[in-house]
Amino acid sequence: MELKTIATHHVPVRYIEGGQGEPLVFLHSAGGITPADPFLNALAEKFHVYAPLVPGYGDSEECAEIRDMLDFTLHTWDVVGALGLKDPILVGHSMGGMIAAEMAAVCPREVSRLALIAPAGLWLDDHPVADVFTKLPYEMPALLFHDEAAGAARLTAGLKMDDPKFLQNYLVTNARQLGMAGRLLFPIPERGLSERLYRVTAKTVLVWGDSDKVVSPVYAHEFKRLIAGSQLVSIPEAGHAVPQEKTKETVAAIQRLS
Amino acid sequence: MKFTWFNLMPWPYLPDDFREKNRSVWVDIDQALFDPEKSHEVYNTYMDLLEYAGTVGFDGIGVNEHHQNGYGIMPSPNIISAGLARRTKDTALVVLGNSIALYNPPVRVAEEFAMLDCISGGRLVAGFPVGTSMDTNYCYGQIPSLTREKYQEAHDLIIKAWTERKPFAFNGRYTKLRYVNIWPRPIQQPHPPIHIPGGGSVETYDFCIDNTYSYSYLSFSGYIRAQALMKGYWDRVAERGAPDTSPYRAGFAQTICVAESDEEAERLYSEHVLYFYNRCLHVYAGFADAPGYRTIKTIQSGALSQYAPPRAGYASLTWKDLIDGGHVIAGSPETVRQRMEDLIKSLHVGNIFCLMHVGNMPKEKCMYSTKLFAEKVLPKLRDMFPDYADDNRFWCKPLAQQVSAGRLPSDRDAAAAVSRVLA
Repeated sequence: MELKTIATHHVPVRYIEGGQGEPLVFLHSAGGITPADPFLNALAEKFHVYAPLVPGYGDSEECAEIRDMLDFTLHTWDVVGALGLKDPILVGHSMGGMIAAEMAAVCPREVSRLALIAPAGLWLDDHPVADVFTKLPYEMPALLFHDEAAGAARLTAGLKMDDPKFLQNYLVTNARQLGMAGRLLFPIPERGLSERLYRVTAKTVLVWGDSDKVVSPVYAHEFKRLIAGSQLVSIPEAGHAVPQEKTKETVAAIQRLS
Repeated sequence: MKFTWFNLMPWPYLPDDFREKNRSVWVDIDQALFDPEKSHEVYNTYMDLLEYAGTVGFDGIGVNEHHQNGYGIMPSPNIISAGLARRTKDTALVVLGNSIALYNPPVRVAEEFAMLDCISGGRLVAGFPVGTSMDTNYCYGQIPSLTREKYQEAHDLIIKAWTERKPFAFNGRYTKLRYVNIWPRPIQQPHPPIHIPGGGSVETYDFCIDNTYSYSYLSFSGYIRAQALMKGYWDRVAERGAPDTSPYRAGFAQTICVAESDEEAERLYSEHVLYFYNRCLHVYAGFADAPGYRTIKTIQSGALSQYAPPRAGYASLTWKDLIDGGHVIAGSPETVRQRMEDLIKSLHVGNIFCLMHVGNMPKEKCMYSTKLFAEKVLPKLRDMFPDYADDNRFWCKPLAQQVSAGRLPSDRDAAAAVSRVLA
């Protein structure tokens, strides 16, 4: 996978590209994504993958002008346009799923295939979505993964929290990335999507880990109810990080669209 | 020098095992720990103490705004100040301040501060904090990375509302108003002096310098740890070519306890100081700094949020640690004078916010410490910056003639006056 840059109206956007096959746009979660991500690489074995980074993620430039849901939605359409893609398979995980769902609702004629992996964007009082902003690094593995120990090994590889310089860089990255994510997700990750999902006409696959502790699987049924004709693929022994935890199964679910 | 007696208004009934049983004093603190009936006495005692401080020689009495917080039961400092305005004379009302990004619309701040200035006869010193991340983001739901933009817009609106003499339209991103025309407007012209609490961000330094606002560092970790931050500010004042380096361009909050001797200070105040540092500052680390709340520049400057707990945690600090580290200045009047002089000189600050009520300190001890400071310490520090004695840009300018509460005639005199009208 290769990290590249493309110009857009607001800022130059960094995106990861690789693989062959039908074009597929993958929108990452609030945790971000890197070219080494095993899920992205597995996806690239079946599709021609484009994974743009939200401005401020990785080494990409931040963007003060992208403030609200509509800004994110239109900006991501700008990215798809700049990449020269027409009706790519649109896939999003968590925050990326929220953006993908909005894109499909705002421009239903531009998206015929949509995969939402544990998307954010809805809110049920009885099943509050976890507050990821207050979580400390050591709390993340249990929150994100079904298999906490394996998740911890994956998340903490390379982290040197005792090194002040590392810690400062970590805080800067966190502020840049989650600062942008907060514009969609803080304090409650709901920006009116439920009132717009009726507009989605794409063939839609919903992918959910059975043990998701960030966005409870209850939300899978709510999305299913609100998007006509959508199919749900529930994956056992998987948490919110289902693409990383059950990579093969997640890719197979997305292949239902091709 | 300007000395402001400050009360954070801590809840004095946090249990001994508070730290063990609770994850945070702030944001999600246990409702069961608050007792509304007990608060009746707590609030009135705290207001009495503020009023008392206004009579013994302090230049101002100070209040601030916190939400869902066990060490500050003052979500509305304006309500407290309104009470104080009626029961005090001459002393400045230092409201430090209103978190202007949280008021909807922000002209509410322009109005309420104007009311306080009018009721008090021009005694308001206005503070505009961004607010802590706990207050602003977690309690009041502001999006962290947009908070500063919203704050800036609120500031511009408030200043314009105070200074414009005709109704105007304000087309902001966060506030849209067709007719801004506040009634009343403040006595002090062009507007009350403004103090900005900051935590080391360069943007805030510049904001203060460019607008002639006083920069306040409200820290609980004392003046020794504040040296680097305040040096950063003064370096910036020089860099930006400000016309002067008046010490009144800066303020600092310091916990202070005075007794007859150093030993007596420890005996009298130790438990209350430890209550504050061990229980009241027990903030869950996840609430300390929402990602995006602080600017990248500020994080890169290496300043850690003061609410991020020290590595070893506050619990390991003893009275001696707190004194030696300068978190707390305590002791005999002479000890306190020396250390205050050291603080004032080393930070070059003209405004001192004296945190003289600490933790669960009972009123008697608080009065004792306050009186000793006012009588035996304050007069000796009063004239430390003779070159800037006339700098009144950062302090209130009260009316020469003020009215006080309780000036109605007797019922008999009122009836007589009415009779004269009817005759």
